[in-house]
Amino acid sequence: MATAPAAAMEEKESAEDGKVAEIEKRIREAFEVFDRESNKTVDARDIGCIVRSLGCFPSEAELRELLAKLVEEVEDEEATRFIHMEKFLPVMTKVLLDRSYWPIREDVLLHAFEALDENKCGYITKEDLVKYLTEEGEPFTEEEMEEMLSIALDPETDTLHYRDYLSKLVVDETKIFPFHV
Amino acid sequence: MGCNRSVPDRRSERVIKAAILIQKWYRATMARIEMRRRYSLSIFRSIEYADEQDQLQLSKFFSFMLDHYTNLDSVSPISTSPTDPQVVGECLRITEFEEKIDVPDSYYGPRLSFPLTVGDANALIHAFRNKQRLHPHYVLQLLCETRRVLKLMPNITHLSTSYSKDITICGDLHGNLDDLLLIFYKNGVPSEQNRYVFNGDYVDRGKNSLEILIILFAFFLIYPNNISLNRGNHEDYLMNLRYGFTKEVSNKYKEHSTQILYLLQDVFSWLPLATIIDNKVLILHGGISDTTNLDFLKALERNKFVVFFLKLKSLLQPPKSVGGRHNQKEGISTTGLSKHTASKHDAGKTQHDSSLSSTEPSGSNLPAGPTQEEWKQILDVLWSDPRSQNGCKPNKSRGAGCYFGPDVTAKIFQRYNLKILIRSHEFKREGYDISHGGKVITIFSASNYYEEGSNRGAYIKLDPELIPRFVQFQSSNHTRRLNILERVGTIESSALKSLQELIYAHRSELISAFAQYDLNGTGCISVPDWAAAMESVLQLELPWRMLRPRLAQMNPDGQVDFMSCFYDLKMDQPIKEAQPALVETLCRYRKDLEIIFNIINKDNSGLISLEEFSQTWRLFTSHLGIDVQDDSFDKLVLSIDHNKDGHIDFNEFLEAFHFVHRVEEKANS
Repeated sequence: MATAPAAAMEEKESAEDGKVAEIEKRIREAFEVFDRESNKTVDARDIGCIVRSLGCFPSEAELRELLAKLVEEVEDEEATRFIHMEKFLPVMTKVLLDRSYWPIREDVLLHAFEALDENKCGYITKEDLVKYLTEEGEPFTEEEMEEMLSIALDPETDTLHYRDYLSKLVVDETKIFPFHV
Repeated sequence: MGCNRSVPDRRSERVIKAAILIQKWYRATMARIEMRRRYSLSIFRSIEYADEQDQLQLSKFFSFMLDHYTNLDSVSPISTSPTDPQVVGECLRITEFEEKIDVPDSYYGPRLSFPLTVGDANALIHAFRNKQRLHPHYVLQLLCETRRVLKLMPNITHLSTSYSKDITICGDLHGNLDDLLLIFYKNGVPSEQNRYVFNGDYVDRGKNSLEILIILFAFFLIYPNNISLNRGNHEDYLMNLRYGFTKEVSNKYKEHSTQILYLLQDVFSWLPLATIIDNKVLILHGGISDTTNLDFLKALERNKFVVFFLKLKSLLQPPKSVGGRHNQKEGISTTGLSKHTASKHDAGKTQHDSSLSSTEPSGSNLPAGPTQEEWKQILDVLWSDPRSQNGCKPNKSRGAGCYFGPDVTAKIFQRYNLKILIRSHEFKREGYDISHGGKVITIFSASNYYEEGSNRGAYIKLDPELIPRFVQFQSSNHTRRLNILERVGTIESSALKSLQELIYAHRSELISAFAQYDLNGTGCISVPDWAAAMESVLQLELPWRMLRPRLAQMNPDGQVDFMSCFYDLKMDQPIKEAQPALVETLCRYRKDLEIIFNIINKDNSGLISLEEFSQTWRLFTSHLGIDVQDDSFDKLVLSIDHNKDGHIDFNEFLEAFHFVHRVEEKANS
């Protein structure tokens, strides 16, 4: 005979199980999009994309740490490394349950741009943007920088009006990829 | 605006933190955009492969028709009864078209003179660039000549690099004329010094399949030893019916399309199966299997294999025994078609019974058809795909050929002392791909295949040392290059649109599936339930949870309002005076029905006679195993002809089909 607290506990557990099951399903979906040959493996280089598309915002260093948990050591540095679903699933489930690498709030992001806007004029010049993002923090590659400029930069003035940029991009994104678990 | 470095550390620490944050956020955003791109490609690919499976269903019906139909000329515009004098006469005169088809003075397009010269080829390129049409007189002439020369070629072409120049190898073009012209622009047109190998799939899907064929055949006639045209799985009449090439030809050449299509069917069957360079580099369209035997392939009569799809049925399911014809059945169905082709060449020399009824003794009257082994060898070569796992398994997503692993490649390479296998057949985002440790190269030359921006095309430059070099390209409609957000946006909306069409076509099934989860009739179900329903009805393995925000709305409780899937779905071709349920069925089967209708409607008039309809109808219903009483059937036929003009047009045809569908559903419930 189940006592009231035990029953409540059971109910809570099964709700938890349901939640975990849903998380696992979402992880599988994202993984399978990259699993080109349908054999439950993905290229290790795609892990970053999968993790991020599940709503996480890891830094490059954090990603490397995560990858280290997933990949076996190989002698040949150049060889393509593959990650198996069975290994990825528990690791990623924990990431989502623990809410590691949680999303960046829009206002926090705005402050970040403002920090780069020394004179507080509401925009950042192309030169400054390139300097900061390719020299500081976890620098962008040339390709990444070019890509960002092609989306963000106003070609006539060569400046980034970050408020407009954010409102456009972020709104689109949250419609398409809501981050709640 | 500079950053003054002599200012205290506290500020630069803030800047570093800000930079890290922005970089983190940006990379995450880009990753999600990449995910959207990938799932869009997934959507395209799943729908494409599912469509190919449907094609299989259609082909089963066709082979059923050919097996049981006594009067073939009502069925196919191309396979004909030798007893029909008009058709025989027409076939005889196919080489005398000069008298039949006049080229008026008012025609300003290219006028070809045989033997062709480079000037003719350039005139063709110029004309097609300017959207001109080649006069049917020259089309037929070109095709006849091409067939004549192709017949002289062996099944496997041998090339050598002794000229110490590169050989260029191109993959699937699928009707993308822009890509072919771009390749010629970057790499030069074919010539004695500039040799080319084209690896099949010239036609279907794109809008200029015919122009591509004309240009390639022209160069082939000018330099038959310097340009090699391998056959692809789309060089097949049944594929062309479904994937657009037949329609393209019918639209461009209304009166003469039947003749042109007929000739093309033959030309396709004469295209060589593979090319080998220096006995080391094997180039073929699909791939290999563990039983691939090059000597066997060299020896068979390749022109017997007119239509591949008819064969798929027998390779996937062993044929059921029908009368005494069991072993010969598959041979007969395809021989039926190719036999007619042969008999046309021999201008009525054979008086073979065109009937393929079950009273016929097993094959004693007919010439030997292709064997099971021959079919398998050819299908493997034209349909297989490489995979990274060892082994050789049947290719279940295509329905033909195999998945072959690195061990299979190694074995075949050892047997024939090969160095590289170059194949096409599969979409590749970068236009090319290398697998099996560098032994297998996939080359795909149709850029923007699914949608503007979906992929690059590429070609291979093979030097005399047999080292491949890849050149990528992408033809574009936009003068300004789109940024990644715009590109992905375009691809994504196109993919979602295709998916929504499919959703619409399965509306009632989806609604009943949803309803099963909606016990309280609230109109809302959980996300997992919604995803499960979508997957089970549509039979597509897609990331449904990820796609959900694009396909359906959520209520504040986090449940999916499932009817919102069907809002905003506009269907392109509304059918006049049709009821809603009919429209849904029609959307689903429209493609197949159009194909069947066009086959019956051989004079392209858009009308079929009641008699033709009646015969086909009986066949169709017996194929589905539905027993329709004779008298009600006659009433049905009369009632279908709404306007009582003794003919049935396409809309009436669709209406009739809906009736069968309802009957079938009733029978199954």
